[in-house]
Amino acid sequence: MTTFVNMSRRDVVKSVAGVAGLVLGFHLGSREFPHAEAATPATFEPNVYLSIDQTGLVTIVAHRSEMGTGIRTGLPMVLADELEADWTRVTVVQAQGDAKYGDQNTDGSRSMRQFYQPMREAGATARQMLEAAAARTWRVPVDQCRAEDHAVVYAGDGRKLPFGDLVEVAATLPVPAASTLRFKQSNARRYVGKPIPIVDLRNILRGRATYGIDVVLPGMKYASIARCPVYGGAVKSYDATDALAVTGVERVVEIAATPMPSGFKPLGGIAVIASNTWAAQQGRDKLKIEWDLGPNASHDSTAYRAEIEATAKQPGRVARSQGNVDGALASAARRVSADYFVPYYSHATMEVPTAVAHVVGNTCETWSPTQNPQGARTTVAEVLGVPEADVTVNVTLLGGGFGRKSKPDYIAEAAVLSRQISAPVKVTWTREDDIRHDYYHAICAQHLEGGLDADGMASAWLHRTVFPAIESTFQPNVTYGSAGELQQGVTDMPYAIANVRCENGPAANHVRIGWYRSVYNVPHAFAVCSFADELAHAAGKDPVEYLRQLLGEPRKLDFAAMHVDYPNYGASLDTYPVDTGRLRGVLDLVVRNSEWGRPLPPRQGRGVAVHRSFLTYVAAIAHVAVGDDGQVTIPRIDLAIDCGLVVNPDRVRAQLEGAAIMGIGNTLYSNITVKDGRIEQSNFGDYLVARTDVTPETHAHIVASSAPPGGVGEPGVPPIAPAICNGIFTATGKRIRALPVDPALLKTS
Amino acid sequence: MPEIQVNGVRHDVAADPQMPLLWAIRDILGMTGTKFGCGIGACGACTVHMDGNAVRSCITTLADAAGREIVTIEGLSPNGTHPVQRAWEANNVPQCGYCQPGQIMQAAALLRETPKPTDQQIIDAMSGNICRCGTYLRIRAAIKSAAEITG
Repeated sequence: MTTFVNMSRRDVVKSVAGVAGLVLGFHLGSREFPHAEAATPATFEPNVYLSIDQTGLVTIVAHRSEMGTGIRTGLPMVLADELEADWTRVTVVQAQGDAKYGDQNTDGSRSMRQFYQPMREAGATARQMLEAAAARTWRVPVDQCRAEDHAVVYAGDGRKLPFGDLVEVAATLPVPAASTLRFKQSNARRYVGKPIPIVDLRNILRGRATYGIDVVLPGMKYASIARCPVYGGAVKSYDATDALAVTGVERVVEIAATPMPSGFKPLGGIAVIASNTWAAQQGRDKLKIEWDLGPNASHDSTAYRAEIEATAKQPGRVARSQGNVDGALASAARRVSADYFVPYYSHATMEVPTAVAHVVGNTCETWSPTQNPQGARTTVAEVLGVPEADVTVNVTLLGGGFGRKSKPDYIAEAAVLSRQISAPVKVTWTREDDIRHDYYHAICAQHLEGGLDADGMASAWLHRTVFPAIESTFQPNVTYGSAGELQQGVTDMPYAIANVRCENGPAANHVRIGWYRSVYNVPHAFAVCSFADELAHAAGKDPVEYLRQLLGEPRKLDFAAMHVDYPNYGASLDTYPVDTGRLRGVLDLVVRNSEWGRPLPPRQGRGVAVHRSFLTYVAAIAHVAVGDDGQVTIPRIDLAIDCGLVVNPDRVRAQLEGAAIMGIGNTLYSNITVKDGRIEQSNFGDYLVARTDVTPETHAHIVASSAPPGGVGEPGVPPIAPAICNGIFTATGKRIRALPVDPALLKTS
Repeated sequence: MPEIQVNGVRHDVAADPQMPLLWAIRDILGMTGTKFGCGIGACGACTVHMDGNAVRSCITTLADAAGREIVTIEGLSPNGTHPVQRAWEANNVPQCGYCQPGQIMQAAALLRETPKPTDQQIIDAMSGNICRCGTYLRIRAAIKSAAEITG
């Protein structure tokens, strides 16, 4: 086991360990990331998520990754609440990648919904064992012993023992069966439902939080890697003479290219190894490399857009069908059709992909900001050809994730390099590397047709979507979307329309395609919620009134009856149905709390959108102002969310505030284009994201609910783009059907 | 050999004078609170103070920094008690937190220069600092409350 050295934190670790008498195995020089290891006999460890020592210090293992959602605080809150622990005596440690914790892939907005119950059980288990330990100690009936504020109290005479004093006895007791667990009543909750500050807050504000890029090992080298500018290319030849002449550069080594589809494995390239990051980058700039560009060298995103738009005009594979769409369209009193386009996006996490690896013999230890520690472990084991058991994956804080850090290619790069140079090494991508070699959000073309009856009600809905599938990054010859991709705003179209057909046309991939916050909900909600607004306008109705009509009477979508393969984000449809009543609920909530209907000056307008994703319902109203130069500003956004039970309302608000910003970036600025197989953007000068100047006054309205918890990180983003574009239509009469918004279309003539 | 002063301590830095201050601070001095974000001065993650002014350490060379007083997030206040840090804490600003040292250093420089900034002055000063999590609303609120604390 390598010691993690981060000098700035060493004193803190010593003092914490000294004061609290910690018996956990501290190997990391950071308080935030000690390993959760085998307990000493004096520590009570009823399950993998929890231990309590004799001082009463409660240590909770965060096994999901912290990229800004607050999950490293939220799940421990659930456990501590059920344990009846004092939050000020709780410390949170980050798990390594290990299947014993269950699923650790922190994506899909599912940490809370998947682990709310296991955390409650972990807390309740320990609480009942501490109560049993007190009963045994006092020789009184256990049902007279109750945990309360970090101690157990005997109802008979009020005597009390703190948790720490009960640890030794509790550790000898049998773990109760799950069926015997008793859970706290909701009105007895101490933390769940309360706005609790994140556990890393103070470290972050003092520059002491440890992200992947901050990890330093003794003797560590720094690497910068030149990768082929075209996906699937490889090194033909290279000359490292000038690179090696740079002061601080020590070696230049090649990383073999992974044949397409490269999945989680390294793209390959030439790595410059140096004594510091700057020298590595300087040396890398001086490499002379001849590339074999491979089959994607002709990829051109403008031509590709025309290609997928043409495909969307043709019939595709049917993913959902009800009634007779063609007949209903033919007999409609009014027909509407529209084509929508969403470009490639890059994640552009503020912390670039980065990882430290140290290979010793046939073992490897890594430190990185990863959403997917078990996937990283598997990938590193594969690229090194060693058993997974010999790979240790440490998880730091993540400087943003958004799906980029679910892919461990950068960790595998570090592992391969460490083995080649027989030293610990840190790989740090430049921002240019990040923008040009991302797993891009899928480019997407859609065609919609609608039929209205004489009263303006929708009688037919045809939706075709065409996009490169994420699976194409992992399997060859994948051209169609999966049920899991089509569920994201296509097959779950919630409107009460008698004749519906949803189709998916084929698209080949030419870059790595990957998950990006909200994934296919981004293009699909843009098209579906925009088209609903177009139908409202065609019907001459107020968009909110029309949406209420489209949503119809509250009902649960019957996917079996529609012959739709609906994975429901991996959750049971019984527990998490697609409930149009909840869509209506968030719509009504946002309308009540925004200023919908209140008059606005010329060239200003409000737009509305409502969408379910990741088992959560969100409605948005955007107040938009369009300048004479076509520039769009957004004075205000209101968001209403029904995500079931809310654990930390302040973090739910924060996620919605952030979703508004990312949604604005997607709508107004961000755009990845490709020419000759090469990404045309390179850094924040040409890959534009939202900055503070476009920040709206954002209001988050949360539905009070005791329904099972749904997702929070992603569901806020999808309704933002259509709400903004529908607002632009109200303001200007111009319909935006392609992102990002082109101001030239909105200029006053 | 460039000599720089960081958080009140002098350092002889054995490195190319053209090395950006960012990498000298991080890789050579071992202080990792100052973050890399873009390398071209376009995102503000690497913001430090040089003679009291906010600068992008990724495009400030060691030669530029020689003889100047550099303050990083670690040196902004002894225990995270700078009014900006307190205001950030009260407003629960950070999400992932990565850009926040740069945001805090930028905001602290703004308030030093302009103790009671208008909304537009806040926007102008902070538009160079990107937050992909989208904490801008709270950053603005925190700057206003920090102005109250200092005022």
